[in-house]
Amino acid sequence: MATVSTSVPGVSSKRGVWGGGNEPLKASYGKLMMWFFLLSDIFTFAAFLVAYVAIRVSFPAYAGPDDVFVGSNEYWPVPEMVFDAFPFFHGVHLPLVFVGLMTFILIASSVTMVLAVEAGHRNDREDVVKWMLWTLLGGITFLACQAWEWSHFIHGSDGGSMITYVNNMGKVVTDTVFGANLVVNEYGPAAFAQLFFFITGFHGFHVTIGVVLLFLAFYQAAVGVYERRGHYEMVEKIGLYWHFVDLVWVFVFTFFYLI
Amino acid sequence: MATENKPLNVIPRDEAKIVKIWKTAGILLALTLVEFVFAFNMERGILLYLIFIALTIWKAKYIMMDFMHLGEEAKPLFYSIVVPLIFLVWLAIALVKEGSEIFLMRW
Repeated sequence: MATVSTSVPGVSSKRGVWGGGNEPLKASYGKLMMWFFLLSDIFTFAAFLVAYVAIRVSFPAYAGPDDVFVGSNEYWPVPEMVFDAFPFFHGVHLPLVFVGLMTFILIASSVTMVLAVEAGHRNDREDVVKWMLWTLLGGITFLACQAWEWSHFIHGSDGGSMITYVNNMGKVVTDTVFGANLVVNEYGPAAFAQLFFFITGFHGFHVTIGVVLLFLAFYQAAVGVYERRGHYEMVEKIGLYWHFVDLVWVFVFTFFYLI
Repeated sequence: MATENKPLNVIPRDEAKIVKIWKTAGILLALTLVEFVFAFNMERGILLYLIFIALTIWKAKYIMMDFMHLGEEAKPLFYSIVVPLIFLVWLAIALVKEGSEIFLMRW
């Protein structure tokens, strides 16, 4: 149309709707691309988690009472019996306490991130640096927790489980298995450990990238790069990524540790 | 240095905004605790799993709307992120069906 109202937001009055130079999404290129990257990443993680559920329902669930749970590759394990260890409390049955702590740490670092973004909107360099540092510490702590979690999962319990499985040489063996690898594990079917390594590993990889980006934002904010640039949009973009990592963990937590 | 831009204006804190952020954090934490309560006090079964998934999606909503500020973006951007997620509903239905069929064949 020839007459374009100047009051339409994001539409240049000189060129009209189709003349170019408009910003219908009213977001910068960087923010927009971060959102679309995150959308594609949502699909990746959703595909992993749906695959987890699909493989899980293709196995029988453990039906007996929880307190006499024994690992076997005949049925899917009960998560609170598998993930019940806590550092320095060897042999104490503390179901899901450690992953609960990890969830708390990641949510807390997401909160400090949103506080850093908020400080960035106000051009408050001191606050940005402070909250970025807290977020960075939260991210590193989470990674350390995950390293412990993996290490415990791989080394296994004191007793192990009797498992009949096909070994690397193609032979059927019955053996006491400790911990987990990609061939056999003491908790459940081989797919259980494979999915655990693959999905929490992929999430941990995202957290690692996130920590690198957080350090970048922390450093650049501290030395005044954003101050000179005139805005703190980089903090916002990295913040989007970091919240996404938290978002994925919320789902991983539900599907791996609760269901 | 003379060539450097003049320092940016620091806008004072809006306490209401910061209180809202901490409130959202409290809600996320409370929902996680509710999940724990359900995990230890309820019979395992489809109902429990549906409660977990509902609570998880509820938490996801808070993270996306309040932390990622998706609600404050322009409507076309908001819908271009949220609407494609509809495909995941079918993915979940199809693969869970597939998995249970494999269960019936195998066991």
